[in-house]
Amino acid sequence: MNATRRGILTAVPIIGAGVLGVGFWRMLSDMRSGAFDPRAIKNPNVGKPIPSFAMPGLPGLGDGFTDAELKAQHRPVLVNFFASWCIPCVAEMPGLRAISRNMPIWGIAYEDKPENASAFIQRDGSPYARVASDRHGRVAIDWGVTGVPESFLVAPGGRIIWHGSAALDPQIYEAEIRPRLAGL
Amino acid sequence: MFGPEQGHFALALACVLALVQFAVPLWGANRRDARLVGLAPYLAVSQLIALGYSFLCLVMCAVSDDFSVQNVAANSAVSKPLLYKITGIWGNHEGSVLLWTLILAVCGGAVSLFGRNLPDILRGRVLAILGGVSAGFQMFCLLTSDPFDRVFPAPMDGQGMNPLLQDPGLAFHPPILYTGYVGFAVPFAFAVAALIEGRVDAAWGRWVRPWAVAAWCFLTCGIALGSWWSYYVLGWGGYWFWDPVENASLIPWLTGTALVHSAIVVEKREGLKIWTVLLAIATFSFSLSGTFLVRSGILNSVHAFANDPARGVFILALLAIVIGGSLALFAWRAPSLTSTGLFSPISREGSLVLNNILLCSICAVVVTGTMYPPFMQLLAGRTISVGKPFFDAATIPLTLPLLLAMGVGTALPWKRAQLARTFSHLYAAAGIAAIGLVLCFWKLSGVLPIACGALAIWVIAASASDVLRRIGIGHTSAQGVWERMKHLPRSSWGAALAHIGAGITVLGLCGMSQAQHAIVEVHIGETRSLAGDDWTLLDVHDYIGPNYKAMQADIAIRHNGKLVTILHPEKRDFTTQSQTTTEVAIHTNFITDLYGVVGDRHGTGKYTTYVLRLHRNPLAPWMWLGGLVMAIGGAFSLSDRRMRIGAPKRAAARNMARA
Amino acid sequence: MKASRRFPALLLAAGLIGGGVALAVDDPAEMLPNPAQEKRAEAIGAHLRCLVCQNESIEDSSAPLARDLRKVVREQVSAGKSDQQIMDWMTERYGEFIRLAPQFSWSTALLWLMPALALVAGLVIAWRATRRRTVVTPAPLTDDERARLDALSGRE
Repeated sequence: MNATRRGILTAVPIIGAGVLGVGFWRMLSDMRSGAFDPRAIKNPNVGKPIPSFAMPGLPGLGDGFTDAELKAQHRPVLVNFFASWCIPCVAEMPGLRAISRNMPIWGIAYEDKPENASAFIQRDGSPYARVASDRHGRVAIDWGVTGVPESFLVAPGGRIIWHGSAALDPQIYEAEIRPRLAGL
Repeated sequence: MFGPEQGHFALALACVLALVQFAVPLWGANRRDARLVGLAPYLAVSQLIALGYSFLCLVMCAVSDDFSVQNVAANSAVSKPLLYKITGIWGNHEGSVLLWTLILAVCGGAVSLFGRNLPDILRGRVLAILGGVSAGFQMFCLLTSDPFDRVFPAPMDGQGMNPLLQDPGLAFHPPILYTGYVGFAVPFAFAVAALIEGRVDAAWGRWVRPWAVAAWCFLTCGIALGSWWSYYVLGWGGYWFWDPVENASLIPWLTGTALVHSAIVVEKREGLKIWTVLLAIATFSFSLSGTFLVRSGILNSVHAFANDPARGVFILALLAIVIGGSLALFAWRAPSLTSTGLFSPISREGSLVLNNILLCSICAVVVTGTMYPPFMQLLAGRTISVGKPFFDAATIPLTLPLLLAMGVGTALPWKRAQLARTFSHLYAAAGIAAIGLVLCFWKLSGVLPIACGALAIWVIAASASDVLRRIGIGHTSAQGVWERMKHLPRSSWGAALAHIGAGITVLGLCGMSQAQHAIVEVHIGETRSLAGDDWTLLDVHDYIGPNYKAMQADIAIRHNGKLVTILHPEKRDFTTQSQTTTEVAIHTNFITDLYGVVGDRHGTGKYTTYVLRLHRNPLAPWMWLGGLVMAIGGAFSLSDRRMRIGAPKRAAARNMARA
Repeated sequence: MKASRRFPALLLAAGLIGGGVALAVDDPAEMLPNPAQEKRAEAIGAHLRCLVCQNESIEDSSAPLARDLRKVVREQVSAGKSDQQIMDWMTERYGEFIRLAPQFSWSTALLWLMPALALVAGLVIAWRATRRRTVVTPAPLTDDERARLDALSGRE
């Protein structure tokens, strides 16, 4: 009895180390396949209605928009937070223009001088159907945005059904956004 | 002569030697072949020489600005000062792995040289285990992180080193920390050798303890130095992030501290054998996992390593062999190890058991807290954070009884203690602690800081009074005290010093919990006050350094109108890396640190203002001073061990001379 | 890689240590004039993670998002919101991830109970071990020892 108990106790460390080891191995292999990202931040607002806001527009690009206008849309809308000072946002623009042929994209300029943001999106043709300015980043906080670019898919009625924090391109659109549009 | 190819070849040679060092003595020990076992020290020393040569080659590449070597090109630059060209070698992944294996080889060499009193078979097995670990990591170095890789075409200048790393404190931090981590390979090898042999006795405890103490001293210094670096280089006013990288060093320190204590019980009472073997394995396993898992990118850390999951897989396989192998051996062989010592809970060994339970509980908390977020994400797909507020709340309650026990422990005799008698020795210390409690109530705010502060004073008073009692202060003549002082074992002095050091560190932490700071925006000549001191911005001027441009502020601090000091914090712009660093200015009188940081410049002309951050950090230097005292205590008790190990030989020599 | 997306310069900092650590010298104007309120705001901020940094609280970080969140905390403190309300407001937007000390729940029970669990497990094991040894005095020889004893006595 005594010896068995001792045997069980001495086996505890190897079992514990084994469990940890298997866990680490899964993490590493998932990291290589991209399924596990220790730096990923989950946005808790997916599945919830959009927060309320009212933002001014950018110079020469219309009036901005409010949550009520977004909720009143009959088609799904892709909401994209961007800034002229953000390098991945520059890289994202051609992809956004391609996506804008399939669905409306509404842009929100995050912590950016309105004239800079306006010049930035007009340089090669704006992908945005509507643009608004979140000058001090306060609306972004309500959306749970941690940086730019970040995008949200908003269903008619104003529910967020998808969130992405990578620079968008047609591949991501095909893989993640289009299947969700079909379900609406 | 010292080119990268020679270095690469020497590394490969060292790896082969390490493999032989692993295989031959183990085989020899099994066959009881003294000649094969006797080869182990020679192999260990030749492996050390080959690896030392290889490291020297890398040093030469860095010093001579050989940018055809990828590692030098990526981390060095012509304009970098010579000191950082050398220390920059271990400032990156490849070089630090090479340093790591070099230190492991040095440990093997040290066992060969200082371990002459060990039984040949045991020494052979210990060296074989060290050789095996060495071979694994040298292979890792050769196959996935070759520091001698060439780049073609060679760039004209290197990319330079992260300026945050160009600091003397950090230059020597990695070698010291690694020596601590790697040093625990020796107790680990002893543990595995003992498991193979199936025997743990008092002599084993006596042999293993100095190695554990030595590694512990280095690890203590390494952690203290790292925390000090974080305090005076990062300029954020804090000293500990509870970041995975820091936890990775704290975890083996906790189990290592437990090991240093439990090995005493093995040596003196032949108890806690299985436990001590497990601790020796666990400490090195944590060191290994800590150093290498951080590099796999799994743990989300402030410290930006060059993360590479492919490397991670190799490391994980290596860890599985070393850790899994030793723990499997443990599960298989440990049940046959028997403890003969019997003891009562109220005794020196009882208090050491309590010490182990508390230290390992703290360790369990730190491990759980560090591992919880990645496992939560893996198993439940949820991202959570575990940071400073959790660790503070979960570890401090366990530290309080630990401090309490530290004071009582050394006063307890072995085997069975009479509480009344023990407590009669501690009246004075308890009195001082009571005064300390009043002092803490007066000076500190918050329940936990007050409790910690009073207990830290208790630890210091109890450790000091224990030594004073043993040398007979108060009941023996001056002559007797001197005699007793000479005969009191150095390990007792060392233990007291280490405990006092721990108390000093805790007092420093308590003081830091009362730190005050202010962020101000001032013109030149303007004065702001913080906690009774007046801080005046006298002047700000620009200058050009060897590889940066700097803005330096002169801040005068006056207390009641009397000038205390003038601080010169700087903001440096490193052009090669387009990175800005801050040079904190600190004035210390060892009671309080006055800590100034200069930030942005706003406006122009006479409207120019400067943002300054002013900190008043009570007892801050005590945190690291305590660490140093702890390490000195450890070193003191080491000197005792060496004398005792050498003693029988000297006695024998004396007898021969007499005859 | 969120942090590097915002701070491309940090990509250069592939050294041993560096990267996300930044100096949080910021606009003094953001500090609340009332010291008690400022202290409360700092305490709340110390429990909130700077999302784009690693393991830093928003009080320690100079990232723009941390600065914005500091402002929000101070606005809400001066508006008289309770600590709990502010933490809930943040959690609603950024999820559990923003709390540096996770809330107690079934999934974090192991984390929060670990100090007690480890302590109790250690005490139980130690107590059983001492009790066993004090009752069975002296400990009986194991087969191994007996064999060795036989061998020794046989030789004599």
